[in-house]
Amino acid sequence: MGMELGKYKTCVSARSTDKEILKKAQDGGIVTSLFVYALENGIIDGAIVSGQGDRPWKARPYIATTKEELLAARGTKYNISPQISWLKEATRSYGFDKLGIVGVCCQMQALRKAQLYPVGMRDVPDKVALAIGIFCMENFPYKSIQQLVEDHAGQKMQAVKKMEIGKGKFWVTTERGNTIALPLKITHKYEQPGCHVCLDYVSNLGDISTGSVGSPDGWSTVFVRTKKGEETWNKAVGAGLFETKPIEQVKPGLELVTKLANEKITKNKKHIEERATFGVNKGLRNPYI
Amino acid sequence: MPSDVKMEKKVEVSKKEEKPVSNKITAGHVHLSGCTGCLVSVADNYNGLFKLLDDYVDWVYDLTLADVRHVPEMDVAFVEGSVCIQDHEAVEEIKTTRKKSKIVVALGGCAAYGNITRFARGGQHNQPQHESFLPIGDIIDVDLYIPGCAPTPQQIRNVAVMAYLLLKGNDDQKKLAGNYLKPLMNLAKRGTTACFCDLMYDVINQGLCMGCGSCAAACPVRAITHEWGKPQGQRDLCIKCGACYNQCPRSWYSFDVMNEFEGIMDIIDGAMK
Ligand code: SF4
Ligand code: SF4
Ligand code: SF4
Repeated sequence: MGMELGKYKTCVSARSTDKEILKKAQDGGIVTSLFVYALENGIIDGAIVSGQGDRPWKARPYIATTKEELLAARGTKYNISPQISWLKEATRSYGFDKLGIVGVCCQMQALRKAQLYPVGMRDVPDKVALAIGIFCMENFPYKSIQQLVEDHAGQKMQAVKKMEIGKGKFWVTTERGNTIALPLKITHKYEQPGCHVCLDYVSNLGDISTGSVGSPDGWSTVFVRTKKGEETWNKAVGAGLFETKPIEQVKPGLELVTKLANEKITKNKKHIEERATFGVNKGLRNPYI
Repeated sequence: MPSDVKMEKKVEVSKKEEKPVSNKITAGHVHLSGCTGCLVSVADNYNGLFKLLDDYVDWVYDLTLADVRHVPEMDVAFVEGSVCIQDHEAVEEIKTTRKKSKIVVALGGCAAYGNITRFARGGQHNQPQHESFLPIGDIIDVDLYIPGCAPTPQQIRNVAVMAYLLLKGNDDQKKLAGNYLKPLMNLAKRGTTACFCDLMYDVINQGLCMGCGSCAAACPVRAITHEWGKPQGQRDLCIKCGACYNQCPRSWYSFDVMNEFEGIMDIIDGAMK
């Protein structure tokens, strides 16, 4: 295929050197560390992160303007957080001229569409200073996550300490130390349907994109993609924020990332084809032109 | 009146630039039933507008800003507002615009989709019988839409730069500009109605929504909120501008364009320097 990992300038395995950030980080603490650095060095005025909603583990977009607020948003929540819904508001009510935003692949696509075709995104295009994309295989509606945790794993939502998808399983770890691993066979049907036409796995359109896949436990794989991304990344590494290793020297490395990217893209391309002949002489829409 | 028109013509000649930049495209603003918000958005490019007028565009027609009474020949006509079909002059103006322009752009929600003028019922002095307003695409063929209420200064800028590259650029630039403009040209073929329902019909009901939130951010009247991650429109608030539908990455999305986002933004930045 060739383009499954998108354009990038460098790719490394990295983890934050900040012990406090790592404590509750999903993997290498990349997003939190970068935003804290960018905030403290005037690269961004604040960032749209995925914060805590009105129910346990419910995600919602949150505008963070302090280190504390950034730290509070650590960890992956595996349910929909409409990050872009605050994009215009962040430049208006919050008055940001230099905006940070983190989101999954489709949200990076939405962000770039907002910049190139700002139909309803007045004054947004020139104010995006740092967009960090997350690797994403699929996402879940909140009710799906609730069903998986409560009905399948048999745990209370508020008792969960960490959720994670990896090694072919959906892992739920509770505060008391229970670990439940649900096979992905069970989780598949609860996925958000819109994810099944998604043709991006590693946030090809982020300034920087990151995820656990490809790196050892506790580390993250990082793609540095744009000039803006490179500038911030180099400064942050120079300031000692991250330990890094060349991606070629870690296991499982880019081979696994490429494999999973291809699997996702191939599966979803097939799904898009099937949609075209969904009915009798009638198909479902294909948004890609 | 006729003597007035003669005066105007004289003024126009004497005001011609001394050293015209021959490579510019000609464009103008045709004002139908709109609130002038679209034109204000053009102006809201501030210094960018001067740059556009200095280097890329001769602004040959604009009832608000240029002293020309009749629609002249032009490369690109930006039409603001819908057409009141009981207003003979408006109907003639849009037909003339079509005849005299290479490219007709529906600028803003009213020209593209009717927008707030859909709710007009007439009864306004001194032409109370003016009650029916149609998007320009219901009267003439339109080449390209710039939706939005108001359309954003940056969207107008991006289209202006790309239109310039399409008409005057080298082969690579023409191709890139063609790719960029294509989705907006497709919109002009798609139809003349839009509202939150388009998101329901073409995105949500089709199983394509992934909850990014672009629609909610784009809505000028805050008619859209996200419940459980998915958009809900308060349809009574919707003014039918089409911004949500067109901002949504799952309504239309071109990988050819989007994968080049950094290069395209550099080109636009470079053009505006
Ligand atoms: S799989 Fe794609 S569409 Fe679904 S949440 Fe992830 S990036 Fe978005
Ligand atoms: S913009 Fe489109 S994909 Fe995003 S939340 Fe709205 S309808 Fe869904
Ligand atoms: S919901 Fe909002 S953005 Fe969508 S068409 Fe209506 S007014 Fe426009």
